[in-house]
Amino acid sequence: MGMSPYSDKVMDHFMNPRNMGDLADANAVGEVGNPACGDVMKLFMKIGDNETIEDVKFKTFGCGAAIASSSMATELLKGKKIDEAIALTNQAIVNALDGLPESKIHCSVMAEEAVEAALVDYYNKAGKDVAEIEKMKAAVKATKE
Amino acid sequence: MIYMDNMAGTKPDPRVVAAVTPWITEKYGNPSAHFYPLGRESYVAIEAARASVATMLNAPKAEQIIFTANGTESNNVAIKGYLPTATKLGKKHIIISEIEHFSIQNIFAKLLKDGWEVTKLRVGDSGIVNPDDLKKAIRKDTALVSIAQANPEIGVIQDSVEIGKICKEAGVIYHVDAVASCGRIPVDVQAMNADLVSVAAQNFYGVRGAAALYVSPEVKLKPLFDGGYQERGMRSGSENVAAIVGMGVAADLVTQEMADYAPKMAELGRHFADGIGNMFDFLHFTGSMTKRLPGHVSFWIEFVEGESLLMWYALNNIYAASGSACSSNILAHDEEDLVASHVLTAVGVPTDICAGSMMFSMSKYTTKEDVDKVLEVTPGIVNKLTAMSPHYNR
Repeated sequence: MGMSPYSDKVMDHFMNPRNMGDLADANAVGEVGNPACGDVMKLFMKIGDNETIEDVKFKTFGCGAAIASSSMATELLKGKKIDEAIALTNQAIVNALDGLPESKIHCSVMAEEAVEAALVDYYNKAGKDVAEIEKMKAAVKATKE
Repeated sequence: MIYMDNMAGTKPDPRVVAAVTPWITEKYGNPSAHFYPLGRESYVAIEAARASVATMLNAPKAEQIIFTANGTESNNVAIKGYLPTATKLGKKHIIISEIEHFSIQNIFAKLLKDGWEVTKLRVGDSGIVNPDDLKKAIRKDTALVSIAQANPEIGVIQDSVEIGKICKEAGVIYHVDAVASCGRIPVDVQAMNADLVSVAAQNFYGVRGAAALYVSPEVKLKPLFDGGYQERGMRSGSENVAAIVGMGVAADLVTQEMADYAPKMAELGRHFADGIGNMFDFLHFTGSMTKRLPGHVSFWIEFVEGESLLMWYALNNIYAASGSACSSNILAHDEEDLVASHVLTAVGVPTDICAGSMMFSMSKYTTKEDVDKVLEVTPGIVNKLTAMSPHYNR
């Protein structure tokens, strides 16, 4: 058992968060909060013409798990297509972080929700039908179950 | 390493450790075995420790001290032990403050189901109970008032002497949780007119596993455990001789040396607060700045979260504590079990957010270099976290 309740991966992302900051030319911005503890995550993405995430940044107010989940999510998102991004589950983030304590799983859920919120923003700005996002999300959930 | 989490337990004094060791290695006799020296010496040692604790608390008689295992147990023995007597007297009302320790709060949460009525006195931003509020809250059927002498999270000291006077005049039993205050300010059971007082060795340089309860002659307690009549039947079960011996030595050291080190701790606390208070206009101290334990500094910082602060301080080898929801219960199985501190909520910290609360509690070992090191690393830590914070706009 380690000297931290968090895995080495979580500690690494907490200490050296990847892709932290604002993104001036973001065209997909999602901000979500966790009512359980007040954490807030803001996700910025720049989605190119071919529906690929060209750049991604985050800002997060929260605990070690929230910061690490945000950082890891940006790593997993970079270069992905929209349909791949919407398929990013909190479990994938948890796995990539070598696990989170049970009480902190909600931090990874927040990251998943931030992706969805940012994509909704992108669709809204592009004048596309937001229902598409919900459909894709539902399809992902259905295959999981 | 800089240890500033002394409310969670102090480093045992080396003289305590030296005194404890033989009672683990060679002097292992059971104190109830009076008829051979190996046992009898354990009994004699416990009685000497009892006298030391009585002296520290200014208790009239050593026999008024009962040894337990920890502060939680002392609080439970005191309160649950007194309730049967109170019931016989036809009383059913209890008064506490809203910032009492879990070992007090949770007892009363259960008592509500058994028909007891509990009044929780508000403390406001200062964290201090207004004695007039207590006067107004006392009823004919009030059995007990339980208000800690000092609060471990926000460091504030209550007007325990005035509270004790009010309780005495009203004929109400007064329990004082002095776990946080003992070893930092004088705990005088007679000056406070206290009937029941809890203290724990781990908070005044003793070792974990020994605590005590002062019981005034006015109070008739019913024991929680049935057994072999140790501690005059009030706390049956074989005594932790080594830890109790250590508690006696720790009590002697408090009696002899606290007047010397406590003012130095207070000075370091002021130095810390002055330094950190000037760093950010979005830092807010919690609780009264004047009526507080020596060497206790508590605050919260906007835009950053407590667990993240705590982790960054730890990465700098500075060990402190936080009261944010996020840091509350990392071993919980459910996020529902993450709760912001009821103490911070009571003094107006907005806990609908994960407030960036921090508590630094010093000991007699803390140096000015320690404090200066914390002050030195703080701007870097806070800047790192505010840079990451979505709503930080300065």
